[in-house]
Amino acid sequence: MKKWMVLLVVLAAASLFVGVHDLSPRELFAGDREAWEVFLISRLPRLISILIAGSSVSICGLIMQQLSQNRFVSPTTAGTMDWARLGLLVSMIAFAAAGPLVKAAIAVVFAFAGTLLFMTVLDRVKYKDSIFIPLIGLMFGNIVGSVTTFLAYKYDLIQSMSAWMHGDFSVMMQGRYEMLYVSVPLMAIAYVYANRFTIAGMGEEMATNLGVRYRSIVYTGLLIVAVVSAVEVLTVGTLPFLGLIVPNIVTMYYGDHLRKVLPLTAMFGALFVLICDVFGRVAIYPYEIPIGLTVGVIGSGVFLYLLVRRTKQYV
Amino acid sequence: MVEVKQVLKRYGGKTVIDRVSLSVPRCKLTSLIGPNGAGKSTLLSMMSRLIPKDGGEIWIEGKEIARYRTEELAKKISILKQSNHIAARLTVNELVSFGRFPYSRGRLTRQDRDYVREAIRYMELEPLQDRYMDELSGGQRQRAYIAMVLAQDTDYIFLDEPLNNLDMKHAVQMMKVLRKLVDELGKTIVMVMHDINFASCYSDYMVALKDGEVVCEGDVSSIMRDEVLRGIYDLDVRVQTIENQRICVYF
Repeated sequence: MKKWMVLLVVLAAASLFVGVHDLSPRELFAGDREAWEVFLISRLPRLISILIAGSSVSICGLIMQQLSQNRFVSPTTAGTMDWARLGLLVSMIAFAAAGPLVKAAIAVVFAFAGTLLFMTVLDRVKYKDSIFIPLIGLMFGNIVGSVTTFLAYKYDLIQSMSAWMHGDFSVMMQGRYEMLYVSVPLMAIAYVYANRFTIAGMGEEMATNLGVRYRSIVYTGLLIVAVVSAVEVLTVGTLPFLGLIVPNIVTMYYGDHLRKVLPLTAMFGALFVLICDVFGRVAIYPYEIPIGLTVGVIGSGVFLYLLVRRTKQYV
Repeated sequence: MVEVKQVLKRYGGKTVIDRVSLSVPRCKLTSLIGPNGAGKSTLLSMMSRLIPKDGGEIWIEGKEIARYRTEELAKKISILKQSNHIAARLTVNELVSFGRFPYSRGRLTRQDRDYVREAIRYMELEPLQDRYMDELSGGQRQRAYIAMVLAQDTDYIFLDEPLNNLDMKHAVQMMKVLRKLVDELGKTIVMVMHDINFASCYSDYMVALKDGEVVCEGDVSSIMRDEVLRGIYDLDVRVQTIENQRICVYF
């Protein structure tokens, strides 16, 4: 645990000096103005957004898996991200003049409603196979995605759409990433609620027995998920499967007691995204592989592995 | 004191519990018996506010159940359903600790830890306490749930088929533990029982339900009779006394 933390800190520090523009600690100490500008306008915001996005999206996945009692549910596989994108697009069409906060708010509403719809369907559905559930979610998400794409073509907004599709940290600069800070207090709230989420994960009856209001805990959890997802889509773009793989790997080793695994999930989420991002920066230097692609490829690979592993257990 | 008065439950026009009244004797082990679909589990769920009732009143220690805050009620009654299957990977110790949630709201005090340790000891789970629930056998898991209920430290414990999925040995063990809870700790236990003979050997009081109504209630000797059981189950049964226990032969 400690060594991972050290790795995260070292890598985070190193990542500040990886990029097309040469930047070294010496220049910073010497007080070079240009160096400081690059540092403050581009490198630091990029690092901060990686850390926040990586940890908050992973936490969202953890919360969703706990609440749905299904390992395969995440902002990607439940369609939350697709709903957030649809919300953003609708806000651009209907409230073109509105500021980013209003747009984010509309995206939150869509993401919340969509995820809630998914959870309700999940509740009702008779066939409780754990693999079947995320497939429904992905299908739902794709339908919503098609509607979004259709609207985007119709209103000539396909350009802005693509920015939300694939996560990209290279555009994270001063003035573009600040909204991500919204996720920080939400992570703190998630930690405060951690025990309640674990109890809700034991099912409605057990939660009631322990004097926990099941519904309100579920709504709180989904609201956190919706806000984080919307903010992430609006700033970074989508980091597919991140909320699926990180919590799954962490809980595989450390169990589901959220108080215990929530900080770990946050740390590993940040570390994972950071590694992917640094890799993307150096792999085809001086060009970059967008983070959405790196995370997506690794993420879907791990997802497939988890599916296969799961199926084997049944046989 | 738990008192059920004229309680009613309907599912889509069909009455599953029809004006049932019942008072649960204190510090006794009470079994709810009756054929499938008689409404035993439904009644138990209403008595523990898991599902709302459509009429009547349920009084728990001088207060109607609906007027309790759910947090407050969690310190008075605990309920275990038969379908307890927790997907979350928790260790036995973690699970039992959650039994203290109504008191600690998640921040365990030293006193809470004492309760947890005591509950684990009582259920003889010490060697297993750091194991994950999904690594345990059915009987061990059931014991862990009971330990959680013990840590919750309520006067009333409601159990829905606590012997479900247990083999003979573990079923007997479980019933002995429940008996101890009543005799040593003064708990009041109400449980839904399918096995009439287990109910006969271990309960103090029996309540028979049929078609959503209480058909008869009383101590074991008054229920475990040929004509009474025949009436409840519509089956030609005979009750025999073997080693001072009334055993129903129904094969």
